[in-house]
Amino acid sequence: MIHLEIDGRAITARPGQTILEAAEGAGIRIPTLCHLKGLSPWGSCRICLVEIANWNGRLVPACATQVQEGMRVVATSPRLTELRRRVLELLFAERNHICAICVSSGHCELQDLACELGMEVVRVPYRFPGLALDASHGKFVYDPNRCVLCGRCVRACSEVEGAMTWGFSGRGIHTTVEPDLGGPWGSAETCTECGKCLEACPVGALVERGKATAEQEKEPQLLAQLTERRPRA
Amino acid sequence: MRKLKIPVTRIEGHELITLVLDEKGRVAQAKFHVTEARGFERFCQGRTVWKMPGITARICGICPVSHLLCSAKAGDAILAVRVPRAADKLRRLMNLGQFVQSHALSFFHLSSPDLLLGWDSDSTRRNVFGLVEENPTLALEGIRLRAYGQQVIEELGGRKLHPAWAVPGGVRAPLSQEARDRLAAGLPEVMRIAQDAISLYEEHLEDWAEEIAGFGDFPSLFMSLVAPDGTWEHYEGHIRFVDADRKVVADGLDPTRYPDYIGEQVEGWSYLKFPYYREAGYPEGLYRVGPLARLNCCDRMGTPLADEALGRFRALADGKAVPSSFHYHYARLIEILAALERIGRFLEDPDILSPRVRAEAGINDLEGVGVHEAPRGTLFHHYRVDAHGVITWVNLIVSTGHNNLAMNRTVQQIAQRYLSGREVTEGLLNRLEGGIRAYDPCLSCSVHAVGHLPLRVELYDASGRLISERARA
Repeated sequence: MIHLEIDGRAITARPGQTILEAAEGAGIRIPTLCHLKGLSPWGSCRICLVEIANWNGRLVPACATQVQEGMRVVATSPRLTELRRRVLELLFAERNHICAICVSSGHCELQDLACELGMEVVRVPYRFPGLALDASHGKFVYDPNRCVLCGRCVRACSEVEGAMTWGFSGRGIHTTVEPDLGGPWGSAETCTECGKCLEACPVGALVERGKATAEQEKEPQLLAQLTERRPRA
Repeated sequence: MRKLKIPVTRIEGHELITLVLDEKGRVAQAKFHVTEARGFERFCQGRTVWKMPGITARICGICPVSHLLCSAKAGDAILAVRVPRAADKLRRLMNLGQFVQSHALSFFHLSSPDLLLGWDSDSTRRNVFGLVEENPTLALEGIRLRAYGQQVIEELGGRKLHPAWAVPGGVRAPLSQEARDRLAAGLPEVMRIAQDAISLYEEHLEDWAEEIAGFGDFPSLFMSLVAPDGTWEHYEGHIRFVDADRKVVADGLDPTRYPDYIGEQVEGWSYLKFPYYREAGYPEGLYRVGPLARLNCCDRMGTPLADEALGRFRALADGKAVPSSFHYHYARLIEILAALERIGRFLEDPDILSPRVRAEAGINDLEGVGVHEAPRGTLFHHYRVDAHGVITWVNLIVSTGHNNLAMNRTVQQIAQRYLSGREVTEGLLNRLEGGIRAYDPCLSCSVHAVGHLPLRVELYDASGRLISERARA
């Protein structure tokens, strides 16, 4: 067993566990966004940043950092809240997250995080990109304006469904997720129409066709249920 | 020649009134400008048709229900579905609730202080709070009446403001037995309030004779939806135009083919378009919509108490069309009563408790028009979509737009009557506001604000020199 400290509490964890898993086991809340149980750790969104006190206060993503003997982790502090809030503000500013008319409003992890972290204003200018919505699929709609590039759809599609329809395209701020190396979703030959990407999506970027404002509810825990029944190699 | 500019701020949309005076100080021209473009028709492009009710409901905080229902109807046309019977009735029920709450707000909260405390009374007291001091029973009853309309909306849509409840194909949630019982229990009280309000208005008719003659009292066309048998209608039916003699000018017009008979003129000095009746040309094709027009157009109200009231309303003009825009207030009160009577009928209808309220379908038509009557007048939502249901083109004709020409005419009439010489009086400011407010325009928030429009009038001479100024915060 590994002995560590999170927010001053002595904790034991199994070797190979992440800080996030150890914290969850001890009932300590660390907010996450790109992380989803059942999918591989990703570490891209930086919402789950924690501070390692005995590593000179170094910041690491809790979802992708394994526990080590004697680690002293700070999971809750004014500094971390401020950093997480800044990350969130950048996410909000990057695309067009208009909650009032979003089909996922009220069932959205990004919206919940903004409430939890007390994000009252966005201190950077909004970019308002004009991204085209893809409604060509018979069952689902992809709205890149709502996408936070967490990659949960990409991982669900490859790791759980094995279809590998979704992938990243472009670089930096121009990154998007696209089905079958680009082109309309409706003509993506690899898509099995399973809907796992939609359940994994934390926001209103992937939604069911025909859903109106605030109507889209999701079951992201489905991915964990599937992988627990069918353990990954 | 002198020019008067009256910017009206703090409204949803900005408004400016310009008066041009000739050498003798008489009003030569009056213009009511709407100076803000909001761009809904543009930024709805690229969204799916299913999201349109939720997006367009955000156009206004007073009439979200009107846009919600109209947008859902345009969506019905694109899905080419027949909305389940229960959903159709529930949508009507919500629209009636919207009529009650919006009309009650307009009359009790916003206009009654002018009417009951006097046009020249102290402006600091001439608001809903002054009314509470002067006549607490009336003020509270007005609030109660509006609350009932809001309750209808909330019981159906889950919230009072911006309920995203109506969707293309029907509605999202049925009405529960308990909610129906709650609505039925509140009805008798508000029925009495509505009848008392009509009596109050009728008692004061003589006191307001001067305003009735001066606030947009001119012959014009009137347009509204009527039921196939000519009865008052708020949700479906066909378009009818009547003239000043209440003679039917055009009847049985298909509302979805509105471009055939409604033209839209654009003027460089206002962002609000100027719709006109094509047959008569521009600007002679001026027509009015809203409560006054609906009562002038219909043959009967279709419910007993409202029909009695309609008889008294018709007697004002010996059976011809009631010409004064001041009587929008009267028509509004009669419509509240009509809406409550119809709500009562629906609450006894077993259909409205059916759980089958939503038809699902794909994109079966690439174009759809939704038309219904909002409290302020006939509302048109016209969408075109691509094969996947993504919006490519939107045209909205909102009720206030129809009345644009009429509001300009009203401003001119009031200015001519009350602007004497160079002095810009408090009375003029207040009457200009009142003239606009009679139409209850959906430049909402400030025309709809508690208290008064913040007005500033500047009077310039021909060389552009400021010669008189009067402001009211």
